[in-house]
Amino acid sequence: MRKLIVGLFIVILPALGLAAAPSVELDTMEPDHTNKESLQRGAALFTNYCMGCHSMEYARYKRVSEDLGIPQELYEENLIFTGAKIGELMKNSMSKDMAADWFGAPPPDLTLESRLRGEDWIYSYLRGFYKDENRPLGVNNVVFDNVGMPHVMADLQGLCAVEPRIGEGASVDPLSGDVRNADICPEWETEGSMSPAEFDIAMYDLTNFMSYMGDPVKVERERLGIFVLIFVAIFFIFAYLLNREYWKDVH
Amino acid sequence: MNKLVNWVDERLPIVEAWNKHLAKYYAPKNFNVWYFFGSLAMLVLVNQLITGIWLTMSYNPSGEGAFASVEYIMRDVEWGWLLRYLHSTGASAFFVVVYLHMFRGLMYGSYQKPRELIWIFGMLIYLVLMAEAFMGYLLPWGQMSYWGAQVIVNLFGAIPVIGDDLSLWIRGDYLISGITLNRFFALHVVALPIVLLGLVVLHILALHEVGSNNPDGIDIKKNKDENGVPKDGIPFHPYYTVHDLMGVAVFFFIFFIVVFFFPEMGGLFLEKPNFEPANPLKTPDHIAPVWYFTPFYAMLRAVTVDLFGLDAKFWGVVVMGGAIAILFVLPWLDRSPVRSMRYKGWLSKIALAIFAVSFVVLGYLGIVPATAGRTTVAQILTVFYFLYFILMPFYTRMEKTKPVPERVTG
Repeated sequence: MRKLIVGLFIVILPALGLAAAPSVELDTMEPDHTNKESLQRGAALFTNYCMGCHSMEYARYKRVSEDLGIPQELYEENLIFTGAKIGELMKNSMSKDMAADWFGAPPPDLTLESRLRGEDWIYSYLRGFYKDENRPLGVNNVVFDNVGMPHVMADLQGLCAVEPRIGEGASVDPLSGDVRNADICPEWETEGSMSPAEFDIAMYDLTNFMSYMGDPVKVERERLGIFVLIFVAIFFIFAYLLNREYWKDVH
Repeated sequence: MNKLVNWVDERLPIVEAWNKHLAKYYAPKNFNVWYFFGSLAMLVLVNQLITGIWLTMSYNPSGEGAFASVEYIMRDVEWGWLLRYLHSTGASAFFVVVYLHMFRGLMYGSYQKPRELIWIFGMLIYLVLMAEAFMGYLLPWGQMSYWGAQVIVNLFGAIPVIGDDLSLWIRGDYLISGITLNRFFALHVVALPIVLLGLVVLHILALHEVGSNNPDGIDIKKNKDENGVPKDGIPFHPYYTVHDLMGVAVFFFIFFIVVFFFPEMGGLFLEKPNFEPANPLKTPDHIAPVWYFTPFYAMLRAVTVDLFGLDAKFWGVVVMGGAIAILFVLPWLDRSPVRSMRYKGWLSKIALAIFAVSFVVLGYLGIVPATAGRTTVAQILTVFYFLYFILMPFYTRMEKTKPVPERVTG
């Protein structure tokens, strides 16, 4: 259903400049890969709103379903739209050649977007759309000037009539889930189905999911790292004692 | 066991080799913390070889498949992420320990007679290591891999007359392509490691021929006991093997903090643009080589004047090449009667301090985008870098040195 909405948003675009202004102030986003509820909601959002155009072709569905604790059948039923098998890579059905014709450049793969741009950027970008009649799609983005992407989630967020205030301390507290400052848009052109605070939490979840996708092994890596460091520390004690034993007769 | 050793020893002198290089290799007993980095470099080399071999098992050296195969290693290969992070962090760790190892040499005059060849082999190792790192960095086939290689290979194009053909010959194509990737892969995994290992063997053989220097720069072989053993020497094994084991533990502790918690090291070890596949049609805003090349990159960019009808870029390449080449003649620039900084005069001390600071600041300037002010600073520091070497024959002779003690001072 939702992918149809995404499809409707796709409009033929000319090739667009890629250079985003480098020194934009961003909101902060602290990812939390242990928060599986957040990651699951993010996965649902990504699949429904983003994946029509953006693949995650370096990752596999199965890994996501396992890491996020989504039962395989449930995942296959609700989160695979292409008819792919669960063990396959997360590609989408948009052909890159055709997309290049439509958009000038194909929508980039987003598996590693969080490592390329950072979580702060994604979180700010997703909330940074505003109405701009001078743009072909009628929207622009404060984080990515002259962006070629439509405001895919306008039905959720609504459309801000003026440039939203990004980078003024708005953020979601990863522990409590509280939105510290959702009031980024002073004037709405159209209202969305979510309140600003709800939308910010949704975008936190989506960013969190993309952060996980960029670095899926992070939790396991850091857990292991602790044991490795403990081992090395204990090894040092023995190495130190052995060294002292040998060196006590060197003067 | 003994019988087996004897059997082999009658056919291959393993006992003699063991004694010559370990059990009866007498090293000065006053090594300090700076003397860990030689064995640590060896440790990192082994790490690079082993993880590298396993990475090649899953890596696909083609323009179409390289980037995806690295992500395949990171996601689908069992422990692939660990192998890759050990290898990528190991590359930076290699340069960290090698730079510290070289600085130790500068500090204690380890390049002076009779250790000139050790220094030269060491410099060749450094040169090959740079080539190895440069070619390895192309393999992930990310944006920075691609454009970094493009910039560096284009440098050869600055050489008059033959330049363009030379860079074409290196690339094997008119721009960096899958063909370049394939040949860099061959050089990175086969040719250069063989050269590197050979040079390491020569470096160590030359060292064991003349013996190790020490923080006092004293020749311990001048003071031998009745058995011909240096009085200030101790057998490398077991004394320094157990000693280095401690160094290994400390090194691993830091190394694993990076591997497990900060594998990108804030974009220094794995640059952010490299998480985007190579795209010949899209130049990144800011191309910066990995941190270990940046001092030389800053020197390259610092040269901004055309001279004798030749492009500034050419002179930049000359300066960059000269900055490395001049290191080779260091043993003949130092005219000081003493080796160690402990007994050299204040001129040498200040010169070394300025040199070290210049090198580090140049490294920083090579990372950040160039501005007019930064270029001026880089120009001044480049001059300092060269003055350290060019003036060395004068300040090492002029200054008053302290008397060197007969025996090592602990």
